Amino acid sequence: MAEVSRARRTVAAGRSVFPGVRRQLAANSVPVLFLALSLTMVVIAGLDVTFLLNEVVTRLARNSLLVLSLLIPVTAGMGLNFGIVIGAMAGQAAIITVTYWGVPGIGGFLLACLLSTPLAILAGWFAGHVLNMAKGREMITSMILGFFANGIYQLVFLFLVGSLIPIKSPSLLLPSGVGLRNTVDLIATAQSLDMIVWPFVGGVRIPVATLAVGALTCLAITFILKTKLGQDMRAVGQDMHIAEIMGIKVNRTRIIAMILSTVIAAWGQLVFLQNIGTLNTYNSHEQVGMFSIAALLVGGATTQRATIWHAIVGIILFHTLFVVSPLAGQKLLGVPQVGEYFRVFVAYGIIGVALALHAWRGRAAQRAAQAALAD
Amino acid sequence: MNPARASAIIRRRCASSRETPCGRNPSLFGNCWVTGVTLGDGAPSGARLTRSGPSCKRPDFDTPRASTASPSQKWGAFLHPHLAMRAHFRQPVQQIGVPRLIIAAFLVALFVVAYVTKMSVSQLVSDSLIRVGMNGVLVLAMVPTISCGVGLNFGLPLGIICGLVGSLISMEMNLRGFAGFFAAIGCAVPLAVLVGYAYARLLESVRGQEMMVGTYAGFSVVALMCIFWLMAPFKNPALIWAIGGKGLRYTLTLSNHFGKVLNNFLVFRVFGVSISGGLLGFFLLLCLLVHLFFRTKLGIAMLAAGTNPLFARSAGIDVRRMKAAGVTISTVLGAIGIIVYAQSYGFLQLYLAPLMMAFPAVASILIGGARLQRATISNVIVGTVLFQTLLTIALPVTSRVIQGDISEVARLIISNGMILYALTRATGGK
Repeated sequence: MAEVSRARRTVAAGRSVFPGVRRQLAANSVPVLFLALSLTMVVIAGLDVTFLLNEVVTRLARNSLLVLSLLIPVTAGMGLNFGIVIGAMAGQAAIITVTYWGVPGIGGFLLACLLSTPLAILAGWFAGHVLNMAKGREMITSMILGFFANGIYQLVFLFLVGSLIPIKSPSLLLPSGVGLRNTVDLIATAQSLDMIVWPFVGGVRIPVATLAVGALTCLAITFILKTKLGQDMRAVGQDMHIAEIMGIKVNRTRIIAMILSTVIAAWGQLVFLQNIGTLNTYNSHEQVGMFSIAALLVGGATTQRATIWHAIVGIILFHTLFVVSPLAGQKLLGVPQVGEYFRVFVAYGIIGVALALHAWRGRAAQRAAQAALAD
Repeated sequence: MNPARASAIIRRRCASSRETPCGRNPSLFGNCWVTGVTLGDGAPSGARLTRSGPSCKRPDFDTPRASTASPSQKWGAFLHPHLAMRAHFRQPVQQIGVPRLIIAAFLVALFVVAYVTKMSVSQLVSDSLIRVGMNGVLVLAMVPTISCGVGLNFGLPLGIICGLVGSLISMEMNLRGFAGFFAAIGCAVPLAVLVGYAYARLLESVRGQEMMVGTYAGFSVVALMCIFWLMAPFKNPALIWAIGGKGLRYTLTLSNHFGKVLNNFLVFRVFGVSISGGLLGFFLLLCLLVHLFFRTKLGIAMLAAGTNPLFARSAGIDVRRMKAAGVTISTVLGAIGIIVYAQSYGFLQLYLAPLMMAFPAVASILIGGARLQRATISNVIVGTVLFQTLLTIALPVTSRVIQGDISEVARLIISNGMILYALTRATGGK
């Protein structure tokens, strides 16, 4: 009798007799669902495949770094880093400076990367410290931290630029001379990275250089996770207390994870902006965290496990949905806004469901551990 | 040495050590044990203590909790005299709290600037009071969730949506004045009870991550309701788009419905400051009701469940039911809160407007001195007054010095900074 109940408890905890099969199924149910949803919508909207491919390839290239920047904190057990918004702000500060200096082309882009790095390191270090003070609540704290940093960002670029910070450029500033314009045209650096190699392949324009940067980042992340530091991060992610006992400096490892994530996010925002070509000074960064996280989760990642493949599959599926859903809404109900709100709903909903599953699994595991203790 | 002060600080220590869910900390276990044994028969005895015990003499909002925790205070003071020693020095600043001191000082400075630059201070105060009444009920909605142990209610948009639906029904029926206002509340409350109960069930299954899941539950429901607003079967031409005849407008004016009914009710002037008795009275009435609720048997049981779930369970309290009740009450207050807010604002905002509404409310109660596990009505009132006054007077006063609207930026920095402060301070971590 006791054995039966114990077996039942282990099954309930998700450790079935065939862990591999079960895990595969659980890990892939989300992408499969979204694949079906996307395909249905493509069929409903009757979309031109070349147009769709063009959109998805462009979006894959420009969003890859932002989504990849989420991987390291997940490995280090800090959950989904909503604080990549801060990295995005560092990137924007750098590109604003470069635009002000008027450095053109790829040189300007590289200079922006160079400038954003120390800013991002500083921001990541600060964020890491804050998150170390809020262990167990990292996600909500990083989200609020993003909002807070947004306030500081607005303070700097809306009130200090032009008054305290001596920038005098009528094309950048508001007519009053204080504060940055709402949109900044990035003519000098626009598409500078894409432009390097940007061939048409069967009607689809592929930004090879940008994709290569993404691939390089994937390799770099894989490499980092294989070093001693990466193994430390995994250990910290598995169990902080055991890692501490093993002699790993937990807080330091977590801060490094945050710094890496923030720096990659800053570069990611630069890649994103050079493709778009204009900067919405006060809005460009706001949605970055949400959309990147939603994309990663659509790819089948969880708050505790996220791989490069989750990121790539996620970007493709999420952005297909993103492109298609307003058109499908138009075709189905005659109201394009329905589709637009639907994709906002998908973005929020998928994050909500992922967080709920995470908490639910955590509780199941805890209960199983307690049951094991009781036995 | 003042024993009351000493026990206060120890109570605070005990409460904060109680937050960690399972016993890594041996003193935590001891504390539970002492409390459990001494007050073995639980909430009813707690209730009796409140009514007849010596603590009755201090009519403060913490009384029920103070009496529940009293054995541990006694033991704590006895076992840790050095804590009481330190308490003596830190007490005055701690009692008010550093953030409150800073914000109050900033407020005073703003008022001085206003006075020096010959602005109408009484006008500023009148506007601030309106804003306090307008936002107060939404802040009050945080108290039940914090008290029952769920934490800050970032899922407040769920209640707000219920309030919006209730208002729309009342407007669709073309009710005016107080009839419209109470009809809106009457329609919203049953809806909020249902939604709140469902939300409580969700939160129960994700214990430990309530705040994050609540935030995103709120976000996704707001986005989902955007589709509903577009497809909703409302027919009143004042509500829907003029062209197409389908879908609700982004912003609905309430002037022909129940706009400003509370604001314009029982208005009187004191030293040139106009005070809306209706609006403030309604807010204070709800505060009083919540305060009285936490003196009923159910309310005290809820406090016990929030403070110390293990003890509450051993005393025969159904912790899950208490949490469900707390979340439901909070959702109902959120629904009423948005109706009060909308009538004061004069407009009903649909679509993505409710998305971020939880954050200012959360910030207000934290500014008032609440923590993630503990909130009182005085926190609500102090926090709302400080935060809303600051926001109201920041714009007119600073615009004399700086160009542009800095109050929005100040709101972002102060409210999120305050939430961060609370999140990083609660359990610390090594």
